[in-house]
Amino acid sequence: MSGAASSLARREVVAAPDAVPLAGLAGAARRRPRRATEDPAPVKWALVAAALCFLASLVLAPAAVVLVEALRGGFGLWWKAVADPDARAAIRLTLLVSVLAVPLNAAFGVAAAWSATRFRYPGRSVLVALIDLPFGVSPVISGMVTVFLFGARGWFGPWLAAHGVRVVFAVPGVVLATVFVTFPFVARELIPFMEAQGTEEEEAALVLGASGWQIFSRVTLPNVKWSLLYGVILCNARAMGEFGAVSVVSGHIRGVTNTLPLHVENLYSEYAFQAAFAVASLLFLLAAVTLSAKKTLEWTQRTSRRDAAHRSPR
Amino acid sequence: MTGGARPRRRLVSGVLPGFGLSTGVAVLYLGVVVLVPLSALALRHSALSCRELWPIVASPRALASYRLSFGASLAAAAVNVPCGVLVAWVLARYAFPGRSLVDALVDLPFALPTAVSGIALTAVYSRNGWIGRWLEPLGVRAAFSPLGVTIALTFIGLPFVIRTVQPVLEDLDAELEEAAATLGAGRWHTFRRVILPAIVPAAVTGFALAFARALGEYGSVVFISGNMPMRTEIAPLLVMTRLEAYDYAGAAAIANVLLVTSFALLLAIHRLQRWTRSRAGLA
Amino acid sequence: MSIEIRGVSKAFAGHPVLRDVSIDIPDGELVALLGPSGCGKTTLLRILAGLEVADRGEVRYGGQDVATRTARERNVGLVFQHYALFRHMTVADNVGFALKVRKAPRPEIRARVDELLRLVQLHDQRDRYPHQLSGGQRQRVALARALATSPRILLLDEPFGALDARVRQELRRWLRGLHDELHVTSIFVTHDQEEAFEVADRVVLMNAGRVEQVGPPAQVFENPASPFVMRFLGAVNVFHGHVDGGRAFVHDLEFAAPSAHGRSTAHVYVRPHDIDVHRAALPGSFAARVVRVLALGAAVRVELTAPGHAGALEVELDARRTEALSLVPGDVVHLAPRRVRVFPAVERQSDSLTASGL
Repeated sequence: MSGAASSLARREVVAAPDAVPLAGLAGAARRRPRRATEDPAPVKWALVAAALCFLASLVLAPAAVVLVEALRGGFGLWWKAVADPDARAAIRLTLLVSVLAVPLNAAFGVAAAWSATRFRYPGRSVLVALIDLPFGVSPVISGMVTVFLFGARGWFGPWLAAHGVRVVFAVPGVVLATVFVTFPFVARELIPFMEAQGTEEEEAALVLGASGWQIFSRVTLPNVKWSLLYGVILCNARAMGEFGAVSVVSGHIRGVTNTLPLHVENLYSEYAFQAAFAVASLLFLLAAVTLSAKKTLEWTQRTSRRDAAHRSPR
Repeated sequence: MTGGARPRRRLVSGVLPGFGLSTGVAVLYLGVVVLVPLSALALRHSALSCRELWPIVASPRALASYRLSFGASLAAAAVNVPCGVLVAWVLARYAFPGRSLVDALVDLPFALPTAVSGIALTAVYSRNGWIGRWLEPLGVRAAFSPLGVTIALTFIGLPFVIRTVQPVLEDLDAELEEAAATLGAGRWHTFRRVILPAIVPAAVTGFALAFARALGEYGSVVFISGNMPMRTEIAPLLVMTRLEAYDYAGAAAIANVLLVTSFALLLAIHRLQRWTRSRAGLA
Repeated sequence: MSIEIRGVSKAFAGHPVLRDVSIDIPDGELVALLGPSGCGKTTLLRILAGLEVADRGEVRYGGQDVATRTARERNVGLVFQHYALFRHMTVADNVGFALKVRKAPRPEIRARVDELLRLVQLHDQRDRYPHQLSGGQRQRVALARALATSPRILLLDEPFGALDARVRQELRRWLRGLHDELHVTSIFVTHDQEEAFEVADRVVLMNAGRVEQVGPPAQVFENPASPFVMRFLGAVNVFHGHVDGGRAFVHDLEFAAPSAHGRSTAHVYVRPHDIDVHRAALPGSFAARVVRVLALGAAVRVELTAPGHAGALEVELDARRTEALSLVPGDVVHLAPRRVRVFPAVERQSDSLTASGL
C-alpha cells in the first residue's frame, strides 16, 4: 500500500545526483565534459527555477505567512493570544486527545501488523484493505457517523443519555472521531516493514523456546522500533491537527470542546486574525517537529541499513 | 504405529504464537471503529425512501457542490501531475543549495493541520495577500472563487504525486539512460522514450491519490472558498450544513454520494498500484 | 535421541513437496539430507523442528510422538541457512537467548555462554554485533546459540551455503570434529555432494519429495539405487540398450545384469573413470573418436564421440595413462567399460529407503 506519506520502508538512499560541476580551478575556467546522462546546465537551472517557483508560491508562501502574521505586533501579542485561557484549554484538549488516541491506535497497528504479516489466512487481504478506509473517507463524514452513532438521536443516544454520558458535543466525541480518522497510520507503517523483514528471527526465537510475548518484546519490537516510532509520530501529527471530523462532533463550545484547530477557526471567524495566526503558529511548530523527526528517522534508517548492507557476504 | 492417513487441513498457516489475540484485537477494533459507524451511515438514510431522497441528492445546490468538488479536485490533481513530476525530477536528479530544505517542504502540506493551511492560503491569495495582490490587477480573483478552491486542493495533493514519483526516479537504472545515449538519443528523446514511460504508472497512482484526497478535503478549503452556495460550496461543507440543521437524512444522502465516489476511487487506486508493481517488475 | 520419520507427506497449495517420507536415524548419528533444490529437504527439516506441520505421517523423538509438541517445546537446535541471528543483540546475548527465556540465573547463563563461545572459538567476539562479523563467524554463533540448551537433536539448514569455498572447507571439518566431540544426533541439509560425503555418517538422497536412497557415502556411491542417484552423484555416461534374461545389451557389447528380469529397454550407466582406453580393439570394447583432451590438474578428461551414441562420451584418465596413450583429437580409440550399472527403462522407484543394489 503506498500513500503519499513517504514510508521509511520505501525511502532508499538517495543516490547522490550528478555533482555540481567543479568551479574553475585557480582562475582557469576549464569546462568539464558533460556525462551522457547529465542535462545541460541551462536546462538544469531552468527546471530548478521552475520547480522552486511552484513550491514557493504554493508551499513556502503559506508557511511563511503563518509565521509573519503570528508575530505581527510583536512577541507580546503573540504570547497574549497563546496564553489566553481559551487557547490554553484548547491546548489541553488537543494534548488529551492525542494522549488517548495515539496509544490506542498504536496498539491496534501492532496487533494488525502481527496478524497480517506473521500468518496467512482467508480474509487477510480484506483486513489490510479495510485499514486504508479512513483515507478514502472525508473527515466530515467520519465526524458525521460519530454523531449518528452517539448523538442524542443516534443509535446509542438514548442508552448514553440514560447513563448520563455525553459523547457528541463533548470531549469523548472528539476523542472518538479522532481515533477513527487516525487509526491507519501506525498499521500502514508497520505492515510493509514487517512483511519485508520476514519471520526468520522470530522462528529462531520460537525454536529456542521463547513464548509469544518473549518473542514479541525481545525480537520483534527492537527490530521495528523505528517504523513504529515513525508511525506514532505521523499518527500524533494527524490527531493533533484534525479539523473536519472534530468540527462536526465538538459543537465548538469555547473552552470545553475546542481543540487547537477549532480554536483557530473560531478566532478567524471573529476576525481576530493575529490571534488566529498566533495559535496557528503552535500547530505549525508541531508540523515542523514532525517533519524533522521524520528526517531524523529516515537518516537513522539509512545508516543502519548501510551497516546491514556491509554485512551480507553474498 | 498409527502412521496415520489423517490429512490435517489448516485454515491458518504460521507457527508463531499470538494469532488469536492479534487478529481478535484487529478485527474488533476494525469492527467498532470502521464498520459499525459506516453501516450506521448506510442505515440512517434508508429511513427515507428513494423517492424522498432524490430531491435532496439532486437539488441544484447539491449538484453545484458536486460539480465544484469533483471539478476542482480533478483540476488540482491534474495540475499536480506535471508540476509534481517536475519537482520530483529536480529533487531526484539535481544538487542545488537548499535541496534538503526543499525536500522537507514537500511534506509540509501533509504534516500541516488543515485549518492552518486554510487560513494561510487565504492570507496569501486574498485580494491584498502576498500573491493575491499581484493577481488582482490581472483580473484574477483567487480567493473566494472556484480558483481558490483549486489552489487549496493543489496544495493538499502536492505531496502525493511527488512522493510517488520520486522513489521511482531515484531507483531508475542509470544504465538505461546510458544505453539510450550510446544509441544516439539526445536528452529530450531519452526523457520522452525511456524515463517518462517508467514513471507513468507512479504518476497516475499519485494523481488518483491526490484526487481522492481532494474530494474529501474540508479544512484547507473552507476558508479560501468563501462557502457561497451554488458557487463555492464544496460537497463536504454541504454535508456539514445539513448536519447543523439537524437534517440527518439529507446529510447522510449527500455523504453517501461522496462515499460511493471515494470507494470507487479507492478501488481504482488499488488496481493502479497493482498495475504499477507489475510494470515495475518488467522495467 | 533417535529420530523416526514415518510416512510424512506435505503439500503447499496443492503442490506436493514431501511424499510419504520415512527415515530412521539412530542416536548420535550425523545424517545429510542431500538433493537438488526443491526436493523437499528443507521442508522436512522444518517439520522436524515444528515450524511446519505435516499433512500426514508421524515423527518420533526417542520413540515419542512429537506431533503434539510445538516448536517451542521440542528442544531441538536449529541453525538457519541465513543464520537468523538477532541483529540488535550482541553475540553473547544471542547465544544466551535460549537460557534467558527459560529464566535461568544470570551466572549460569554467563558460564554457559562462555563455555559455548570457547567451543566455537569466538570468545573474543562476545560483545560484537552480528553485522560486525564475517559469514563464517556468524554461522558459528548460530551454532553456539542452537547448542545452548544442550539439545538432543541438532538440525542444520544448508549451514555453509552462503559462505565462500575456503571458509566452507574449514567449517565442514570443524563441524565434523564438533560432532565427534558432542555426539548429538544431527541432520543437515545440503545440495553439495562433496559436503555431504565429507561430513555425514549416512546420506539420505531426496528427489521431488521422495527418498531415493539411504546409506553411508561410499555405499551410496558404489551402489546407487536409481538413475537419479547415479546422475546426482557425479558425471555419468548413459547408453541405451535392452535387457533380456539377466543380461544387458548395448551396441554389440554384453554385460551381466543379474537383478534385471524379463525383457525391456534399459539404460546402462558408466562412470567416466570406469572406462579403459586402448589403442587396439579388445573383446568387450567399442570404437570411438577423440574430440577433446582436457587437462584438469591431476586427472585428464577425454571427450569422444561414438557411432550410434548421441552426445559426447566422457572418460577420465590419470595423467600417466594419458601420457602413455598420447591422445590427440581425431584419434580413433577403443573403450572398454569396466563397471556398469544397469537400470531397466521402465521403473517407478519405491519411496522407502531400501537400497536396491544392482
